Amino acid sequence: MTDRILELKTETLQQEESFGRLIFRRFLRHRLAILGLVLLVAITALALYAPNYKYDPEKISLLEKLKSPSTEHLMGTDDLGRDLFARVINGGRISLAVGILATGLSLMFGTLIGAAAGFYGGWVDNVLMRLTDVFLSFPSLFVLILLGAMIRDTPLAKFQGGLITIILVISVLSWMTTARLVRGTFLSLREMEYVEAARALGISNTRLVLRHMLPNALGPIIVQGALQTAYSILTESGLSYLGFGIQPPTPTWGNMLNDAQTYMTRYPWVAIFPGLMIFITVMSINFVGDGLRDAFDPRTVYGKK
Amino acid sequence: MTTYIIRRFFQAIPLLLFISIVIFALLQITPGGPLARLENDPTISAQDLQLMRERLGLDDPIPVQYARWISAVARGDLGKSYATNQPVLEMIKERLPNTLKLMSTAFAVTIIIAIPIGIISAVRQYSIFDHVVTTIAFAGQSIPIFWFGLVLILVFYVTLDNPWSDGPLFPSGGIYSLDKQGDFLDGLWHLVLPVTMLSLAWVSWYTRFLRSSMLDVLHKDFIRTARAKGLRERLVQLKHGFPNAAIPMITLIALDLPALFSGAIFTETIFSWPGMGRLFFQSALRRDYPVLMAIVMFTAVLIVLSNLLADLLYALLDPRIRYD
Repeated sequence: MTDRILELKTETLQQEESFGRLIFRRFLRHRLAILGLVLLVAITALALYAPNYKYDPEKISLLEKLKSPSTEHLMGTDDLGRDLFARVINGGRISLAVGILATGLSLMFGTLIGAAAGFYGGWVDNVLMRLTDVFLSFPSLFVLILLGAMIRDTPLAKFQGGLITIILVISVLSWMTTARLVRGTFLSLREMEYVEAARALGISNTRLVLRHMLPNALGPIIVQGALQTAYSILTESGLSYLGFGIQPPTPTWGNMLNDAQTYMTRYPWVAIFPGLMIFITVMSINFVGDGLRDAFDPRTVYGKK
Repeated sequence: MTTYIIRRFFQAIPLLLFISIVIFALLQITPGGPLARLENDPTISAQDLQLMRERLGLDDPIPVQYARWISAVARGDLGKSYATNQPVLEMIKERLPNTLKLMSTAFAVTIIIAIPIGIISAVRQYSIFDHVVTTIAFAGQSIPIFWFGLVLILVFYVTLDNPWSDGPLFPSGGIYSLDKQGDFLDGLWHLVLPVTMLSLAWVSWYTRFLRSSMLDVLHKDFIRTARAKGLRERLVQLKHGFPNAAIPMITLIALDLPALFSGAIFTETIFSWPGMGRLFFQSALRRDYPVLMAIVMFTAVLIVLSNLLADLLYALLDPRIRYD
């Protein structure tokens, strides 16, 4: 208990330290979160490097097909002789792009709607929250599959294997949690004295929201962002695995697993590596999310228990 | 309470109608249409295609088609499958029991494993057991369920052999072996892998949830009072701690039922389990609109009902909460 008081004291004493730095310092104490961050940086670096790798992920060479992992082909080759490592790191580009972009959009929708509902209250709040309820009642995985199946054979699926469509659909079906979160924070912030004071100073609504209210809701939004990224990556790979997501030949971890199914019983590595990548990526993101949540939560006590 | 339930039911009707309109519209406005697959088939002439369109009423305006669909549904007629011409209701009746069997077993397994582990993990916080459990649970929540299914097949079907017979340790699909239809033990043997696949994420999630909710409760004042009056620690934990920690978990479980149903899409597809999830997957491939509509709406109803169930359970278990 004294440790805790001491810690609080030191934290208040260092007033000059910015909030961002404080969070970062608290985050650094979370060992698994650091591990997650390191892994994510490594995966991102590989994804960025992917186009320069010596093998083209879509180049077919039937003489080389279904080779087991070796120094030449780090993860072996698939049924068309394509280098699996090249496909895995290129697939990472898609998965990460979907994860980041879908989450960005989803957070944006959610924050806009939640902030509007919480800031204006009254009938605006009522309408927006009913809308949120409606979206929450959509069976999202079913709707995603349905849309994926419908779009599959159309020009929409041609560009980058339908990347844009899938990002849009995932974000449209997943902003609701953020909206509720932001609305809740805004409702309580609205009544705070400092907000009233800002209003009394004649500050514009936009500035009030952007400068004084939104920063206070940032913690939960960032944590939600981490969870949402993991969810988006899992959803995209799940859809692509079923064949309703990103379309071949564009490689993604999900559609590689779909390909792998037919011959994985004899050549297990084709199924192991792509899945392992999804697993590691999602787990790293969850570690980081956990670390962020603890860092933002003032009740967390670090160090010896 | 009764008025509350009735009111909720009436609120659900416009919501479900709205969802059905959106899904119906989505199906209609996406390019292609139900016959898109046949259009590329050289054996079907343009005339035949036109005949089919007319017979299915596909050239009518979308609102007219919707009105036809919804009025039929109101009479309990879900239409006929475009692919097999079988009544949709019959198809669902055939498959729903299989899905329920899979789901209820997975559900039971989840509860039986998650509750004791969650409690022990909380009571012995920071013990080796707790560390192992939290790590596994964390991993279990991050693993992509479909890949886990494939790995299960690789390990238990492909790699490991059955010590009692020549075949694999566990089958990779189906509900029964071909020659043993309806055999209880054989059915159980077929359930092992799909149920493991479906439960892993749920066991992880509920273990973590119960652990943290148990830890919350164990720091409350009434727990200290119970200890202060000399109650045995075991009793404090199980009679005062657990029931209070379980309340939020029970409502959570009610809310999660539809998600368990979604998980079945992957499980049933991988393990060729003839249930609703696989039917949905196949119908999506075949663009079988009536079946797709029926299953999506079935899930929407399930979501609405499970929300209601969660609210009711909450009020039932926690007398401080009232709905008037």
